Order: sequence, then C-alpha cells, then structure tokens
Amino acid sequence: MADEEVVKKFLYLNRKAPYGSIYALESLEVVLIGAAFDQDVSLAFIDDGVYQLKKDQSTDGIGMKNFSSTYRALGDYDVNKIYVDKASMDERGLTIDDLMPLTYEDEDDDYAEKPSISIKSSEEMAALMEEQDVILSF
Amino acid sequence: MKFGILVNEGPYQHQASDSAYMFTKAALEKGHEIFRVFFYHDGVNNGTRLTVPPQDDRNIVNRWTELAKEHNLDLVVCIAAAQRRGILDENEAKRQGKDANNIAEGFRISGLGQLIESGIQSDRLVVFGD
Amino acid sequence: MLHTVNKSPFQANALESCLRFAKAGQSVLLFEDGIYAALKGTRFESLVKNSLANVNIYVLVPDLEARGMRTEQVIEGIKSANYGDFVDLAANNKSVQAWL
Repeated sequence: MADEEVVKKFLYLNRKAPYGSIYALESLEVVLIGAAFDQDVSLAFIDDGVYQLKKDQSTDGIGMKNFSSTYRALGDYDVNKIYVDKASMDERGLTIDDLMPLTYEDEDDDYAEKPSISIKSSEEMAALMEEQDVILSF
Repeated sequence: MKFGILVNEGPYQHQASDSAYMFTKAALEKGHEIFRVFFYHDGVNNGTRLTVPPQDDRNIVNRWTELAKEHNLDLVVCIAAAQRRGILDENEAKRQGKDANNIAEGFRISGLGQLIESGIQSDRLVVFGD
Repeated sequence: MLHTVNKSPFQANALESCLRFAKAGQSVLLFEDGIYAALKGTRFESLVKNSLANVNIYVLVPDLEARGMRTEQVIEGIKSANYGDFVDLAANNKSVQAWL
C-alpha cells in the first residue's frame, strides 16, 4: 500500500465515560483497525474519558459486553502511548492505582515490559496535541 | 487542500450532519478537494434511503446524495457501526441473511480502514459529532 | 491548531477543557450550540475574555443567528466567521481538534 510510506501522528481523543454511550467502545475499534496502518499513534484520555481505563469493570448486571480487556491488548498492537490528563484524574479523585496497568513489550529493550500509561499535566498534554497531524474525536 | 470529513451523528438528532454538509459544500465552493466523508457511530444513519422527513424542512440524506453526485464525493458508511444499527446494502443483506437492504444512493459501506486512510491521505481531517 | 467547540458551555465542559489545552496563538471556533459561549453577560464571559489574550476566538455567525442572537451581543475581540471562514481556518491551521 502506498499509505505505508506516509507516517502521520494520529491522536485519539477520548473524553467520555464507558457504557453510558458507545463512543468509548467504537473509538477503541478504530484504534485496533488503525494499528494495521503503522502510523504514530497516541491515545489521550481527558475528562470522563479517564473512566474508560478504570480497573475492575464488571458488566454482568447491565447486560453489556465488558470491553475493558481490549485496553490491555493495545500493547500487543504497538499502541503504547497512552496519555492520561492529571487534572481530570484529580478532580475525579482517581490515582494511577485506580487504572488498569496497561503495558507493552519494548522490542528495543529486550522486550522488557513497560507501562503504556503516562499521566500528563495540561501543558504537557497541550504540547503533545500540537504535534499531531490527525486528531480523531468521538 | 484535501479534506477528510468524519460525521459521528445521525440525521436530525444532532446538528453534526448539517454542519458537516455545510462545511463540505463551502470547501468545494472554495475549490478544495473532499477526499472522503466517513460516517461513524450513529452517523451511519445518514446512509439510509428510507427517511421521509417533513416536506418543509431539509432532506439530509438526499442532500448528501445530491452533493455526492454533483462532486463525485466518496460517502462511506462504516460497516461495523452499520451492522450494529441496521444499515445494509444488497451484499450485506445477502451475507447476513436479512430480508431487505436500505442503503441510500451515493453511499457505500466499507471498513474503518477507510477512515484511517482518509486521515493519512487528507491534508486535514475535520470531525463533526456530539 | 484549530479547536472547534460545538456544545453549550452550560451543557458540557467542552469549552473549559478546550481552553485549558489551547496553546498561545491557536484558534478556537465556536459553532452549533458552542456559540452561547461567545455572548456577553453569561457566567463564562470572563473565562472567554481572559482566553482572548492567549488564543483567537471565532464564532460561526449562521449558528448565532439561528439561535436568535446577533453579532452585537458577542464579546468584543471574538471574530465573526461564516462557513467559508471555517474552511479557511481549517486549511490555515496544521490540524483540527474537535471538542465534542
């Protein structure tokens, strides 16, 4: 594919909570399909989007599919730049320990397992956003 | 400029499809190219030919069909989102054993790869949603 | 970068989040229900006015007028835009970020 010659910085912007609407699930589906295109992918979780990464999701009671394990698979798809907004976490009383421990294997470091999530300040996140070529919002 | 457009919401429920249409039309009037208009989430509902909106208001589906015809636009409805919401073309209906199809003229059903490709090939990707 | 905000600031925090991440010199377009943030006399007026020192803010006039508002009611410093200007803004900025 000619596409493979062009590598753009793709940012997936997630600002909505899971289950109350389909945006979290369907945006993840774009990320997974997008992984095959070898672009430079980052995910940003801001506002209620941080809740998508909350661990211990159990959906039996609401009769919906629990798709949270899909986030854990992102590392296998070379999606390992997951940025979480600190202010959104703080105002929701969340810490990194509340989130699923997403990891990836760094092939440049003997496949050492490393965390994919980094908590960013507003300034850091703004700088990351400015670098992007394509921003997908859901 | 080559624009890629993403429409995340269905006709009438939100203004997204209208805004996307107005933007697309304005871009074409300025001589820009529209690489693709991709419909995702409830946006796939813009691709049904079965709407019968009131006569005294805009016909959102037909407007897209007409604009696509006039400017040879590529209107793509995401297959995964379409399957969830019941938008089918003839092939899909056969494949899924459904007794009808409802895709509107000028729209085609395809995969999410088309959205990614739009991001790669366009100079700008503009998202309309809720 | 061009940021777009289409939700009313009273309904969603899209505007506040957008302004938190918008960097100096970037542009923000208020359209659809987002136009309400452009008006004088709301509790968001000072937030928006303060942001004008940092970013360029535009309001989509067709959406303003659809909602019964007029450009006279818009905060000084916010520029008027039509769909053609929206296209120009998208073309003249490196990327577009939608705050839905």
